[in-house]
Amino acid sequence: MTSRRTFLGSAAALLAVVATHDGMRAFASAAESATEGASTPLRTWLQIGEDGMVTFFTGKVEIGMGVITGLTQIVADELDVPLSHVRAVTGDTALTPDQGGVGGSTSTELGAFPLRNAAAEARRVLLEAAAARLRVPADRLVVTDGVVRDRTNPSASVPYGALVAALANAPPLHASGENFAQNVTGAAKPKAPADYRYVGKPVARIDVAPKAYGTFRYVVDVRVPGMLHGRVVRPPAAGARLLGVDEAPLRAFGDARLVRIGDFLGVVASREWDAVRGARALEPRWSAGPRSFPAQSALPDAMWAAPVSSQDKVVARGDLAAGFAGADVVEARYAWPFQAHAMMGPGCAVADVAHDGTARVWTGGQKPFALREGIADLLGVPLEKVRVTFVEDAGSYGRGGFDDTAADAVLLSRAVGKPVRVQAMRSDTTQWGPKAPAIVAHLRGAVRDGAIAALDLTVRSFNGGEISSHPDSAGNFIGGQLAGHPNDKPRVEYAAYGRNSATYRIPALHAVAELIPPLVANGSPLRTTHLRDPEGPGTTFVIESFVDELAAKAGADPLAFRIAHLDDARQAGVLRAVATASQWRSGRSAAKRQTGLARGRGVAFATRGKTVVATVAEVAVDTASGAVRVTRLVCAHDCGFIVNPRSLRGTIEANLMQSMSRALYEEVKFDESTVTSRDWASYPVVRTPDVPDSVEVVLIEHGADVPSYGAGEPSSRPTAAAIANAIYDATGARVRRAPLTPENVLAALHGA
Amino acid sequence: MSDTARSVRLEVDESSRTVEGIDPATPLLYVLRDDLGLPNPRFGCGLAQCGACTVQLDGTPVRSCVLPVAAAEGKRVTTLAGLGTPERPHRVQAEFVDEQAMQCGYCVSGWIMTGAALVDHEPHPSPARIREACAGLVCRCGSQLAMLRAIERAAEKPA
Repeated sequence: MTSRRTFLGSAAALLAVVATHDGMRAFASAAESATEGASTPLRTWLQIGEDGMVTFFTGKVEIGMGVITGLTQIVADELDVPLSHVRAVTGDTALTPDQGGVGGSTSTELGAFPLRNAAAEARRVLLEAAAARLRVPADRLVVTDGVVRDRTNPSASVPYGALVAALANAPPLHASGENFAQNVTGAAKPKAPADYRYVGKPVARIDVAPKAYGTFRYVVDVRVPGMLHGRVVRPPAAGARLLGVDEAPLRAFGDARLVRIGDFLGVVASREWDAVRGARALEPRWSAGPRSFPAQSALPDAMWAAPVSSQDKVVARGDLAAGFAGADVVEARYAWPFQAHAMMGPGCAVADVAHDGTARVWTGGQKPFALREGIADLLGVPLEKVRVTFVEDAGSYGRGGFDDTAADAVLLSRAVGKPVRVQAMRSDTTQWGPKAPAIVAHLRGAVRDGAIAALDLTVRSFNGGEISSHPDSAGNFIGGQLAGHPNDKPRVEYAAYGRNSATYRIPALHAVAELIPPLVANGSPLRTTHLRDPEGPGTTFVIESFVDELAAKAGADPLAFRIAHLDDARQAGVLRAVATASQWRSGRSAAKRQTGLARGRGVAFATRGKTVVATVAEVAVDTASGAVRVTRLVCAHDCGFIVNPRSLRGTIEANLMQSMSRALYEEVKFDESTVTSRDWASYPVVRTPDVPDSVEVVLIEHGADVPSYGAGEPSSRPTAAAIANAIYDATGARVRRAPLTPENVLAALHGA
Repeated sequence: MSDTARSVRLEVDESSRTVEGIDPATPLLYVLRDDLGLPNPRFGCGLAQCGACTVQLDGTPVRSCVLPVAAAEGKRVTTLAGLGTPERPHRVQAEFVDEQAMQCGYCVSGWIMTGAALVDHEPHPSPARIREACAGLVCRCGSQLAMLRAIERAAEKPA
């Protein structure tokens, strides 16, 4: 990976390389290639230098799960070159295709197609040129490590580097689809999986060694000449207005100066520490705000009492009345809290806004093309004036706030006329970042003859898209809202069981999803958006806990009960695999120990797209304190064809820990006027003492018969319900309110 | 520039560096990153709660986001890049690579510098001891399992 290491060698080199690409890439913006039915040049996706080095261009970006390594494997295989000869240019609005950025666990499932096809086409064109050069038929040629040879006369050879002129005349690719589904095709057919050398193998991620040895550079390390440091000062309350602020306290801190745009407030200074201290020293006068947040403990009640702003009948099949007639009925309400992305790095961006509005932005946000639209809107300039370059930040898990930091940097840079780097402070993201919506659910289920006869479900939540995952408008940013741009482009997004996971065979199933309005429309730290697997962990907690309740009502083993309600062989297979790997103790959950340390096991199941996951949790519950310790997790995972089992295992393990953290500890706290979770003390997450004694991941493969499906998020789905079901197995208490804190467990124990 | 500004001399990653005109109360983190161009300690919380800014001071892991630069004078400062290289890795770094023990990796200064200090000071810490030593660290992606495995494997190896 020499080239990669050189690329990442220093912040200066990083910028130099960006400049080099500017010169190298003398063609129209690749974003134009997205047009349906159009043609697009091969070089939009892939270029090969005379040194044989392959550069591929993708709108996909690395957010810590090894996606770019996977794409590198795919390109290397199609071209028959070593991994070390392939490098990626990712997520730059001036250099790469759009592809919708990353999201929805689709980067490998969908994002790989255009690169695979482009690489295969490049190989075809190069072989054609080699055939002419060597004067042999193309079908006699073989390629090894980027060198083309005559199979019958190995001394006749030519390296790719000597053939690259042919790529300039390559026929254009046919373009189709848009966003995540953007694709291109050429005349070449990609390789058969049996011929893969790298794909499907446990290849080391290209970024891990540089990160372990400290040579990797993140967006926080980007420096540009003349750059100043900025910090923002957020309001003390949702919806509070800035009444006044005195710049005098800044005089103690070098050249620190104030930027005020409406209710947006920031400090800019040459020295970073001066910006930090200056922002802290300000004593702005704010209005109180509407004080319209409910009491924390009453949030579910407040959500049920709220007006419904829109409704979606997600599933309506079968006759509910007939299903419930004469059946055993179970009825319950569940609640899932607001949760925070709380990224490890709270967010950083560098923006350089010129006087004419031309802007460059370096960001770790995972949708650079959408961000360009939002920044152009914020600046009121045409799209062409804005260039956004992705540089890896900490893992983002969705719409966590990196885009907000980019907008902050843009506002500050425009105000001071110099490049500004904004490093968000911890509270800027934990307290003020967008949140995953709280969810409540009401369920009625009917059990007859040992099976689910009917399920009537209402899931009510705040809008999963109030802050759209596409940061494409000025009001999408918290800084934009404070600067006077209302959030006028929310997307309607429900937390709905059934959109892609109503998998159980239930004769009568009615699922309704409802949205309620935001508590404060603009300038709120409780604005809601995507957090890893947007609705998945919450709705899976609800439905998979309730299915467990129905299994208990039926007197059935909860794992066998699930299998009995599935028709799909891959789905049942995942449950069987997790049963075997966990040495599942069959039988109904009936331990019902209410004193001392109670132990139990639980299972939960989920699909996401065509990926299938089942997780078994084993817990020990201190019935005196309500404290839960997860002692073991076993996860069986089927995402079809596995591109890189090594990085997949790492991603699943990490999903299990993050989702366990969300299940056990994570709840955004608030008072009547603002979020009070500000840092790692007030928003606790998993720590090493909480890590289970044993975690096992079972990867289920079907060879190349089943294509690759997404794996970035699905294994975050079943964890909470598996743990809650294990608590029930241990104690007989059903914890219907997440997170599964001692307080909520004790309440369930005492109510049980 | 405040009245207290002065020059500060640091021994970092085996070289001697001087920074002029700096408030000695400035956290070491900003001096390393902004003045010396040593970016591996990274800002995570500014509150000593997460460990992303960890460096070693005379071999002991410290949170550079809250440590005044003056407190590092006369001591040996080691950042992740100074701990080892691919050619001469610290064994904890080598095991992190072998285990592929990270997702985004933003937190690794905390885990590797803490793990390295532990195995350097205690010959063969038990898995329980390693968990205890790392209890003050955050990994938001959830790579704790792999990182603990990596440190456990390093702990089994000769120093």
